[in-house]
Amino acid sequence: MYMKKLFFACIIALVAYACSDSGTKTEGSNDDASTSSTSGTPGYDTARGTGKFTNVEVSPTLDKAMADAGEKVYDIKCASCHKLSDEKLVGPGWKGVTQRHRPEWIMNFVTNVDEMLQQDPKAQAMLEICLVRMPNQNLTDDEARNVYEFMRKNDGVN
Amino acid sequence: MRSVNFLTIMAIAGCMAYMSCKPSAGNDAVSGDAAAKAYVPPGKYDELYNFVSGGFSGQTSVYGLPSGRLLRVIPVFSVDPEKGYGYSEETKAMLNTSHGFVPWDDLHHMELSQTNGEIDGRWLFGNANNTPRVARIDLKTFRTAEIIELPNSAGNHSSPFITENTEYVVAGTRFSVPIGDNTDVPISSYKQNFKGTISFISVDKNTGRMNIAFQLETPGVNFDLSHAGKGPSHGWFFFSCYNSEQANTLLEVNASQRDKDFILAVNWKKAEEYLAQGKGKKKQVRYARNHYDESTHTAVSEILTEVTMLDPKELKDICYLIPCPKSPHGCDVDPTGEYIVGSGKLAALIPVFSFTKMQQAIANKDFEGEYEGLPVLKYESVLHGEVQKPGLGPLHTEFDGNGYAYTSFFISSEIVKWSIKDLKVVDRVPTYYSIGHLCVPGGDTKKPYGKYVIAYNKITKDRYLPTGPELAQSAQLYDITGDKMQLILDFPTIGEPHYAQAVPADLISKNSVKFYNINENKHPYVAMGEKEAKVVREGNKVHVYATAIRSHFAPDNIEGIKLGDEVYFHITNLEQDWDIPHGFAVKGANNAELLIMPGETQTLKWVPEKAGVYPFYCTDFCSALHQEMSGYIRVSPRGSNVELTYSLGKTESESTQPNN
Repeated sequence: MYMKKLFFACIIALVAYACSDSGTKTEGSNDDASTSSTSGTPGYDTARGTGKFTNVEVSPTLDKAMADAGEKVYDIKCASCHKLSDEKLVGPGWKGVTQRHRPEWIMNFVTNVDEMLQQDPKAQAMLEICLVRMPNQNLTDDEARNVYEFMRKNDGVN
Repeated sequence: MRSVNFLTIMAIAGCMAYMSCKPSAGNDAVSGDAAAKAYVPPGKYDELYNFVSGGFSGQTSVYGLPSGRLLRVIPVFSVDPEKGYGYSEETKAMLNTSHGFVPWDDLHHMELSQTNGEIDGRWLFGNANNTPRVARIDLKTFRTAEIIELPNSAGNHSSPFITENTEYVVAGTRFSVPIGDNTDVPISSYKQNFKGTISFISVDKNTGRMNIAFQLETPGVNFDLSHAGKGPSHGWFFFSCYNSEQANTLLEVNASQRDKDFILAVNWKKAEEYLAQGKGKKKQVRYARNHYDESTHTAVSEILTEVTMLDPKELKDICYLIPCPKSPHGCDVDPTGEYIVGSGKLAALIPVFSFTKMQQAIANKDFEGEYEGLPVLKYESVLHGEVQKPGLGPLHTEFDGNGYAYTSFFISSEIVKWSIKDLKVVDRVPTYYSIGHLCVPGGDTKKPYGKYVIAYNKITKDRYLPTGPELAQSAQLYDITGDKMQLILDFPTIGEPHYAQAVPADLISKNSVKFYNINENKHPYVAMGEKEAKVVREGNKVHVYATAIRSHFAPDNIEGIKLGDEVYFHITNLEQDWDIPHGFAVKGANNAELLIMPGETQTLKWVPEKAGVYPFYCTDFCSALHQEMSGYIRVSPRGSNVELTYSLGKTESESTQPNN
């Protein structure tokens, strides 16, 4: 009897080990098949998304220097696909984006594109409309924050 | 009894002759666990990078080991239309020489840079045998970073071997030629007029930039291979040479007359002293040095006009000759730096020389005479010993760091493992067929990694499915962790591999560049974002400053090009993510495509020859809308009044005014 239990314990341990190994994912892999799956993760914060930004301090007034720096990043890395109006080009136009999403969500999407497209329901819904995965343009944290400030300026914050 | 022995010998000789010329059907000799040893599961990384010379392809191939998977072909000395190498305006200068643009060469040997006699994972060097050059490949980008031409040289074969801190890369002449002011001489005046040279190319320890520090003028022999001393013999370099007969015709016979040729021992620290004392002579020459600038994404070529030559006939204590049997080929130094292995390619033994004994013989002036003004040491005084009856036709030797040497045998088609200390053969395995070079990871360094030996074979015959008269060259991987070498994998290679080196993967993979930072792009024709996309006419030159991002070019409609114009498409890839190159091709271009890495700018020159509308498109599948990534450029006759305009996203109702 004791032997039998031990045997079972071993089997379970083995299975657990095998599963944990096969569950390992290579970082940055683009598993297209999984992008259509919806996020069923309990406790997933759909407002903020997934990534390093959990709380972004935003002042009621515009930080002009940050917005200007953000505009420079926009020109090089974003403008090819995003207009400043509400017109969709490759991706959605930016008009009103700061009203549609929290700053954390935007900055997580910009800096953590692949994981967001894999997990985040709102990001996945947009992918179904645009059908082009947003490129990860490797913005630094500061660049992402500056771009957010430029978005606020575009949305009329003074 | 005697006749029986004679028959047996004839039978063995007959078998060997048969095997070398027309190999018999492959003997498998693969045991059960071979597949597991070479298996790398999908998605998993290989243990080692294997940098393999592409021989007459002029390129370098990179394999993963133990899987034998081809990871990359790096263009070095030959154009590569797939990558735009030698076709884009930025890369053409890499192949510039004193003979002009040379689109092809024959890359023979690979050498990884070292620090303290160990591979440091920074650079990879390769030599061009035909139009003598040495290339440096940057292992952060796996791209050719620099190519330096060698003046006073022909057949740059004993190259690009390095000293233990990469102080120098060497280059010795396989073909002696007339050098100096009068090179238009009768070929039959070889003995009088033909000279060899050995170049010592210094390598900047921070930037890797190469510079010919000095050349040694040598007797007119054929230098074949070389290796640096290490540890106690650091400061010396050893070069094998053949054709000490100085034949200039039918070398196959006429350069195989003498019982012994030489290994040339060069005291390069001594040469440095003479150089510092101003004993060198400046020679006027012409040679190119080309460097790829990563910030401008552009190669720059310069022509240099001077080298400093040292004459070892006058500066007596730089060069010594060690007699070595039968046209030596490989010249390999063991990990301790004490033993120098010469491999006479027509010999049936392997001489092993002792550095300590050589030093004593030099101190005692234990010379048997002179050859062309250089002292010749006594063979017996320098010899550590001979490996007796190891096989036929030894070529090259690598080391495992455990006291064993592995020598390739072309004629008897095998790898032979022998003990350096007592010179006894301990194991042998057949190769399929007629092995040339071989490689043990780190096998020419102070600290070999060991574990495998790879055979690079000259003859393939029946190893793979037939592909017509021309076959891929075969390589074989052997596990050497046990007492017996075990064949675990065959893999085909590109071109004709000569020397190769292998290194644990993490030494290189951790530094691999994933994309170029667009903010550091200093290309003179960069478009930093679509806002800067434009078309500018300068006389008959039209510069298109275009951007590429998933999945469109900006601009993608261009009009106002006229016959007689030269159009330069400068494409900046705005992506900043790993593995998102864009391609560019335009119909009818007498040119190649561009492949533009993220953050990079590359230029395709196009000279249209007929009026009409020409499509251009992205050649590298980039997104679901890759097929849409295209555009049109309109070419009008000379003197046409079509205005130069460009746009993106403008429809018919809008004007064809410049984009804003």
